[in-house]
Amino acid sequence: MGHYLTSATQLLRLREKCDLGIMALIVAVMIAMPLGNAWFPSESTLHVSGFTLGVWGKYLCYAVLAISLNLLWGYTGLLCLGQCLFFALGGYAFGMYLMLMIGELGSYGSKLPDFMVFLGYEELPIHWRPFYSPIVAIAAAMLVPGLVALIFGTLAFRSRIKGVYFAILTQALTYAAALLFFRNDFTFGGNNGFTDFRFIFGADIRTDATARWLFAASALLLLMVYWLVAWILETKLGKIQRAIRDSENRVRFSGYSTTHFKVFIFVLSAMIAGLAGALYVPQAGIINPSEMWPAKGLDIVVWVAVGGRGTKFGPVIGAIVVNLLKSWTTRAYPESWLIILGALFVVVVLFLPNGLVGWWAQMKSKWNQRASSTPQTDAATA
Amino acid sequence: MVAPVYRDTDLVLSVESATKAFDGFKAINDLTFYLSDGELRTVIGPNGAGKSTFMDLITGRARPDVGKIIYHRSDGHDFDLTSLKEFQINRMGIARKFQTPSIYSKHTVYENLILSLNRDRGVWKALCYQESAEDREEIESVLNQIRLQDRRYELAGSLSHGQKQWLEIGMLLAQKPRILLVDEPAAGMSDEETERTGELLLSLEGKHSVIVVEHDMVFVRQIARQVTVLHQGSVLKEGTFSQIATDPTVQEVYLGRTKHEAE
Repeated sequence: MGHYLTSATQLLRLREKCDLGIMALIVAVMIAMPLGNAWFPSESTLHVSGFTLGVWGKYLCYAVLAISLNLLWGYTGLLCLGQCLFFALGGYAFGMYLMLMIGELGSYGSKLPDFMVFLGYEELPIHWRPFYSPIVAIAAAMLVPGLVALIFGTLAFRSRIKGVYFAILTQALTYAAALLFFRNDFTFGGNNGFTDFRFIFGADIRTDATARWLFAASALLLLMVYWLVAWILETKLGKIQRAIRDSENRVRFSGYSTTHFKVFIFVLSAMIAGLAGALYVPQAGIINPSEMWPAKGLDIVVWVAVGGRGTKFGPVIGAIVVNLLKSWTTRAYPESWLIILGALFVVVVLFLPNGLVGWWAQMKSKWNQRASSTPQTDAATA
Repeated sequence: MVAPVYRDTDLVLSVESATKAFDGFKAINDLTFYLSDGELRTVIGPNGAGKSTFMDLITGRARPDVGKIIYHRSDGHDFDLTSLKEFQINRMGIARKFQTPSIYSKHTVYENLILSLNRDRGVWKALCYQESAEDREEIESVLNQIRLQDRRYELAGSLSHGQKQWLEIGMLLAQKPRILLVDEPAAGMSDEETERTGELLLSLEGKHSVIVVEHDMVFVRQIARQVTVLHQGSVLKEGTFSQIATDPTVQEVYLGRTKHEAE
């Protein structure tokens, strides 16, 4: 047993070192990118354009979104196909602030957002008024998705809805919400949504300096969320989460209210997704109901599956790799990019059940085995 | 809470005229059953006699259509279990082992036991839980009881079938329950493992009240004290193993095919 223990802890330390190395590399890249924009002139090869920063800033928000789904699906066994709804709600909440900051620079020169003038509003609807404050907007970007998750989760988990039924219900929820947001009279801009943003925190949203700050904020959010989830997994709550995934009845018959635990995780996950959405919108420059479309929810599932469901790092890798691939294939093979992405998903599901991260770990352990078995055979022959 | 009419008895659980029907079929039919403190009771019965539903009713997984299920707490208070949820009934001190081992296969044996300790089981307490020396001692003693000391850091999923069954019994013991409901603990075990399981259950007698539902008559003979025979959702007979084994009605409905074995 002693031997088993030491080798296990050694392996764990090796893995931790490896994880730390990768983390350090990613942090270095995340710091280098905005610096490459600020320090090098645009003709230099080391220059990172504001556009590139914006694209990568969006990918970092997608990575946060993927982590939020992994917390639910990978570690609690709750497949949510409506994670895009929480992301979009967060985006809308912060988008309301950005719309109000346009001020009188809109096409109609009115204090009201353009779509309101177009629809004949005389004054700002009452629920829009607090959104002049960015703090209210950021708080709402977390609280509104959290509240939706609280109500929906409580109803679903109390009635013991799980598995495929839960997945389908979350998809129906995001579909219903998308239909609602498509309506012009819902006061959120109908199918055009919000766009043409001008200012954020008093700064011009279209400058490189703003792009740098937004990128840095996205990177910081990703690090904090990654750390938060990693910490939760170490606590007893994280262990109960995985226990619910593997044997919910046993947890219930051990004196835990699994409903409370599932609702807590669901709300937390929705709040994280909402924050990611709030940072995504100023970088994407637009938010509309298509962000809530059920297909978007499936995209997130694909990211997590490709990267590695139930691994800490998988969702980050998956979100970035799939979106890079998407942006490349849509340019290189505009007719067949959906087929390529579909094929990738099929390959991963069939051959890499634990995603890219799981495949990498498998390769590493094979390599380790070979490395550790070689000196033994040498000793035997000598 | 119900009026304490059972005070001055040594009862721990009373099931009185309980009936539970599924789509018109009465799985439990006017069943009355009493369990004393510290008693080891074996429940047998042919397939479809209502054994699993009986356990479901006690643990809150199903609710009786009529009848009372009363838990007598050691301080003399009586609680009607029929309005409580599974986790609330569990917190009162009623633990249940399932027929197929249900353990947390991706957690180590040790973690399986930590999650089973009867500490505050709320969400916030779980978030800031710190393992104490007392917790470690309790887990140590359970590990000794179920003889898995050497496998504490292994994943529960890597245990043999018999060891998984013991781990689940250990997870019940970690809850320090007053009543243990154990559903076919010897299913799928080798003869040697079955015997060790029997010894484990016998060692609990006096410290906990135990209800064992079992099929395997060799195993029942090993552990039997008081035996209850269920048939068509009601109690057909109660008595010692030899009384049951020689009873003509029991033989007719259940032991008929194993008559020679029983004698």
